[in-house]
Amino acid sequence: MIAAFHAPDIYYAGLSPVIALTVAICVVLLTAVFQPLRRTAPALTLIALATTAGLLIWQGGEEIDLVSGALRLDDLAIAISLIAVLSAAFAVLLSIREPAVEQAGSGEYHALLLGSVLGMALLAQAQNLVSLFVAIETLSIPLYILCATDLRRERSLEAGLKYLIIGSLGSATLLYGLAFLYGGSGSTDFAGIAAGIGQKGVTGDPLVLIGIALAAVGLAFKTSIAPFHQWTPDVYQGAPTPITGFMAVATKAAAFAVFVRFFDVALISEASEWQPALAVLAAASIVIGNVGALGQSSLKRLLGYSGIAQAGYILGGLVVASEAGVNALVFYLVAYAFMNFAAFAVVVARERETIYGDDIRAVQGLGAERPLLAWPLTISMLGLAGLPATAGFIGKLYLIEALVEGDYTWLAVFIAVGTMISLAYYLRVVAAMWMRPGGETSAAAPAIVGASPEADPIDPEAGRRMYLVAPALLAAAAVVIFGVIPQPLVEFAEHAGASLF
Amino acid sequence: MTSSLLWTPLLFGLIGLALPKRLTGWWATAGTAVTLGLAIALLAGFDSGAAGLQDTVDAEWIPGLGVDYSLGIDGLNVFLLLLTAVLWMAGTAFAAFREQERPHLFFLMLLLGETATLGAFLAQDLLLFVLFFDLMLVPFYFLFGVWGSDRPDGTTASAATLKMIVYTLIGSLLMLVAAIATAIIAADGGQISFSIAELSQHPIAEGSQRWIFWFFAAAFLVKMPAFLLHGWMPDAYRAAPLPALAIFSGVLAKVGAYGFLRVVLPLFPDATVEFQEVVLVIALASILYGSVMAFTQTNVRLIAGYSSVAQLGFITAGIFALSADGADGAVLQMVNHGLVVAPLFVIVAILAERSGTEDLREMGGMAMKAPVLAALFLIVTLATLAMPGSANFIGEFYILNGLFDSKIVFAIVAISGVAMSAYYALRLYQRTMHNRRPDGLESREIGLRDRIVLVPLVLCIVGLALYPQLILKRIDASVQQSVTAATGAPEPKSTVASTPPSNGGNTAISIAVPNFAGDTP
Repeated sequence: MIAAFHAPDIYYAGLSPVIALTVAICVVLLTAVFQPLRRTAPALTLIALATTAGLLIWQGGEEIDLVSGALRLDDLAIAISLIAVLSAAFAVLLSIREPAVEQAGSGEYHALLLGSVLGMALLAQAQNLVSLFVAIETLSIPLYILCATDLRRERSLEAGLKYLIIGSLGSATLLYGLAFLYGGSGSTDFAGIAAGIGQKGVTGDPLVLIGIALAAVGLAFKTSIAPFHQWTPDVYQGAPTPITGFMAVATKAAAFAVFVRFFDVALISEASEWQPALAVLAAASIVIGNVGALGQSSLKRLLGYSGIAQAGYILGGLVVASEAGVNALVFYLVAYAFMNFAAFAVVVARERETIYGDDIRAVQGLGAERPLLAWPLTISMLGLAGLPATAGFIGKLYLIEALVEGDYTWLAVFIAVGTMISLAYYLRVVAAMWMRPGGETSAAAPAIVGASPEADPIDPEAGRRMYLVAPALLAAAAVVIFGVIPQPLVEFAEHAGASLF
Repeated sequence: MTSSLLWTPLLFGLIGLALPKRLTGWWATAGTAVTLGLAIALLAGFDSGAAGLQDTVDAEWIPGLGVDYSLGIDGLNVFLLLLTAVLWMAGTAFAAFREQERPHLFFLMLLLGETATLGAFLAQDLLLFVLFFDLMLVPFYFLFGVWGSDRPDGTTASAATLKMIVYTLIGSLLMLVAAIATAIIAADGGQISFSIAELSQHPIAEGSQRWIFWFFAAAFLVKMPAFLLHGWMPDAYRAAPLPALAIFSGVLAKVGAYGFLRVVLPLFPDATVEFQEVVLVIALASILYGSVMAFTQTNVRLIAGYSSVAQLGFITAGIFALSADGADGAVLQMVNHGLVVAPLFVIVAILAERSGTEDLREMGGMAMKAPVLAALFLIVTLATLAMPGSANFIGEFYILNGLFDSKIVFAIVAISGVAMSAYYALRLYQRTMHNRRPDGLESREIGLRDRIVLVPLVLCIVGLALYPQLILKRIDASVQQSVTAATGAPEPKSTVASTPPSNGGNTAISIAVPNFAGDTP
């Protein structure tokens, strides 16, 4: 008699994106070992990302529980994973000839990047507290290292260390909060937590409330929501620029995905408790981010602060705890992704081309000198400022509609007010490009303090290289196209929202 | 037809990018000419008796959010579209005659601006209106900032432009929130629709109307600009390149006034009646402040700028008289003022090119050997001060007539504005054209190129003066519909659209004009 042993039922199709990424990490890491293969790492990474994207799209429309309910592949997870994969692909392109890649080793650099994407894909699918925490660490730890890969620059090392410490603090706070929630509801499963809270009727139970508060703080660290944002400008400025772009978009998207699942699924019955608190966080983020960005002269810091403000807008989609809110959130994340890609591609190009690094002077006179770079950055800035004919406008429209419908009109007014403040700094960048004469940007200009030619080799042709110009143009085109024909993206977002409610 | 009118300028602008530099200006002018042709064709096919929308286009744009691509023409916007097309053609031609830096970008922005402005006038979907209203700012941000001039005192063009953008967008963004709130409150949990016609069928509760009214009013009053909200105007006007400024002042300010008639009166009738006097006070303050500032300024641009503040105060007062006469006059006056202020700025540009200065104190005697320029300028000046016989006179008469019917106190104060306009208009004319000619300044006749731009504009002024019924007859039905939406019952009307104004008003105003004009030093 053969013992009836049932192997666990594994649904490989649903796991295929995660498997593809895992295999790719091993393969890319191995290229570091074999000398002749070293140069293939970026190409292999791009192939892996394309495969993952293909598998994700193939799985579109599915709603399946994986690994005994620890993960769940639905349209929200697919949408967020696609954003992460796309931003990783952008980061790979922007990393070509980046000094950090040579210093860290191409294989290691790209394997770490893929590791972070894997963490994001897992996070977007997480269905219980354990997988949530494992995923968040999987995405964070490679990023701590990637931030510090520009080994010769002190700031890069500082950024890595700072991110590590603050990130760990965030993780610890989150973990502590998760423990309280488990204690309060008796379950680690999101659905179980919702049921547990509902059954006991623990509205106002201090154990659960402390858990919610600590978890919200932990996640706010990850999404750089004020007042837990202090690390953002420093880390954004210090990290290698392609990594900054990746962090600004993908980390935010993944962290918001879990924010949504956590609050709109597990804690939905407590909505009236956390809604006002999150609304206040969103408002604070909008104000602090926008005001903080006003005085910045470094483009990366400026984008960092702008990211804080944008996170505040996006959080608005969560505050209303409705399907329309999640739709708006996903739409805005996609729009935000494209606007940031365009901006960071230009910043990378100018960083290599001029002696000014990421200072705003680097883009002075860009309109006359390099229109193919000036247009993407202009469109990106106008989009982030929410002017019409860009996806940013439609995104704000979507958010405001959701907020007004959810009786949070005051937060909608906050978004409008924040947008006004933001014009002052977004348009400063535009003005620098079009309304100032070009600075002494050529390589012949005397070096400025703090830049050593060894650490910052200047590539006077960087502004013409297709691997920088093409991503910038594509991203900017996407911003305009989705601003004029937003319906496909609206449907994409609606699918994501529908999978939760 | 409506759609092609809207997109023709932008299409020409984009194609123009591929042309060689010296051709872009002419290509852009051709684009504006085609647009003007389309606008005239629309007017020709316009059924003047009907109040409802004509030539409508209605398609889903973002069904997920309830936004439609919906355009239409009625008496409120048909002449504003024509005004837009005329002024844009004049401005573009004026710019094309002159060497422009970075011509590709300049003309692209100019034509994008035309599409956005036409869109704001054509939109029949509240959100589409907001979108185009905001979009108008983008091209003018570039036009003012890139081709503007820095001032010697250190105010850069980009700083002045930024101030303008921040001011105007404050209103616009609040308007976006207000527009969405209107639709959501009106939908009451059902399918959201932003269609202006549908929204005006079921006005929202009075409590909500109050704050939404002010969010919209803020956007429109900043754009005009009205007193207290005009802070961006002096800097922006001094920085702006003159062809763009002529268009900006001639057309864009009208979008604000138009917004009141199209959106505020029909959608928020209760709030309109409630706040009628508050807005009237703002309008009167604009008239008085604008006039007083206009006759103390020495910079010719600012004289024109502040006179616009006063004129738009008149238009606002006409709209908020909430009577058919007042609103008829307001629409007529919108067209008149556009036709007057654009040639004024063109003349200012010509004068500034000659004398190298925009300071009134350093000008004079320009008429000596330039009779054509002087004659054209004189016609524009007389139209500005609403000389009896000009269409501006009829417009102001209707406005005051409407105001007398509803709010007589306000009307009496407003009359002083008419008198003051004579003073600043004649002062501008005298100081530049007459008086002694400063050394080093030569009086020269305008060339053929400037005549091509100026003469048609002045002919429009003369034509309207002879036959204002062209406009009055066609706008009346729609204007009345808009006003009765706010006031409830249709009012008994006096003389609209048929007979010229009665004698009483005629003499009252024409007496005031020479009195003040005589004081000109």
